[in-house]
Amino acid sequence: MLPEGTRLSGISSFADYLASTSPEQLPGTAQRLAGATSDIAPHGTTIVSATFDGGVVMAGDRRATMGNIIANRDMQKVYPSDEFSVVGIAGSAGLAIELVRLFQVELEHYEKIEGTELSVDGKANRLAALIRGNLGLAMQGLAVVPMFAGYDLVQQRGRIFSYDVTGGRYEEQDFHSVGSGSVFARGALKKLYSAGMTEGDCVTAAVQALYDAADDDSATGGPDLTRRIFPVVYSVTADGHRRLDDAEVGAIADAVIGGRLQRPDGPQAPLG
Amino acid sequence: MTQPFYVSPEQIMKDRADFARKGISRGRSVVVVQYADGIVFVAENPSQALHKVGEIYDRIGFAAVGRYNEFENLRIAGVRLADLRGYSYDRRDVTGRALANAYAQTLGTIFSAAGEKPYEVELFVGEVADDPQHDEIYRLTYDGSAADVDGFGVMGGTIEQVEAYLSEHYTAGLDLDSAIRLAVTALGRDTEPARQIASDALEIGILSRARTQPRKFKRLTDTEVSAALAG
Repeated sequence: MLPEGTRLSGISSFADYLASTSPEQLPGTAQRLAGATSDIAPHGTTIVSATFDGGVVMAGDRRATMGNIIANRDMQKVYPSDEFSVVGIAGSAGLAIELVRLFQVELEHYEKIEGTELSVDGKANRLAALIRGNLGLAMQGLAVVPMFAGYDLVQQRGRIFSYDVTGGRYEEQDFHSVGSGSVFARGALKKLYSAGMTEGDCVTAAVQALYDAADDDSATGGPDLTRRIFPVVYSVTADGHRRLDDAEVGAIADAVIGGRLQRPDGPQAPLG
Repeated sequence: MTQPFYVSPEQIMKDRADFARKGISRGRSVVVVQYADGIVFVAENPSQALHKVGEIYDRIGFAAVGRYNEFENLRIAGVRLADLRGYSYDRRDVTGRALANAYAQTLGTIFSAAGEKPYEVELFVGEVADDPQHDEIYRLTYDGSAADVDGFGVMGGTIEQVEAYLSEHYTAGLDLDSAIRLAVTALGRDTEPARQIASDALEIGILSRARTQPRKFKRLTDTEVSAALAG
């Protein structure tokens, strides 16, 4: 038997449907708790994103930390949210992964029921609403701060959106970074980014920026050469999203590390 | 005081079934055919916006005949059920069998509920597997009965001639273009003499195991339909 409520029409949002039928399954509805939360739940760290000619790239390191402990060294923090968009997560890992799962279903659900895709702005706004639902736990220290990037089929360019814990949504130009190592990553991208880059150059810039973040932030993981664990990199173009395979990212990471052996601070930007 | 007329339960059910059957046979037929790489749903549907064929989940597709508002309601309910189940458990735990069961229960309950009119719809629920032996197609009727479909199936409109043509010409392991041509020719057999259905009046959805994406459903564009028909 189809459950009660499924035959009511009018809602194309899966999150709203979930809230009306089984609200306990929504992320961010857990019991409020007291005490420091950074030691009990893993945190994800640095995500970078940059646009290039014909699309947008998003890359994330692989480390999750719990206080001073490395909780996970091969965590995935960048996920495809639908065919033409990706989402990267920083903050409380468990909540963030649940939020991404809900966001993925939300987009697919809308697409199936309405028979058409949401606009990039529509997707970005839905994600903002989901983050706002987590505000209570964010105030307790379990914040989720994602970054969203998608290819706009109408404007024919890649676009990047950042968020704050209250669900504020901000469109970023050219490049952006979130997470504990984002300060260093953004500094690096400022010097490395140029408009009209190719996809390959854009990926290299992102890997360089993550290296700089890992260099100065203990919670961000650098390339793990012994285990061959490299950043997760997604590229979104008019053809849809694509995860760069380990061999591809490995080759770029090897080149970056090769350069750093000569100059540990990375490529030098000209002074004038 | 007037006494209500006595109507036997058999007569009530028969009247309800006749009512539903009449509604369903009014429209055009929908055909489902198994081919080498999956399942194809073919409907004659001049509308570009009101679909008869749709995606439910990764490996599950849906086709319907009858009243639009009723089967659209069932399609949305199916999408909600599948998405909720996949979100609560895992994507692999969403099965065509469970969905067909839910539809059968719902249609059966509505059919026998005294206060409601029976739904004038019939549905196909198809689920594509990793190999053709495990593909599943269910046919659900207005009274809640469910049946397995093997190879091909027809519902709605003038079934007999379409089904006769299919059973004469269907072979297992067709490629997609041949399966589409077979289904379209069969759909045109509902009148005497047989007619040719224009490619822009066709709505075709496939569940293809050859797709690399997790979502195996695809709605063919007008260009793809014309290309398939031209062979």
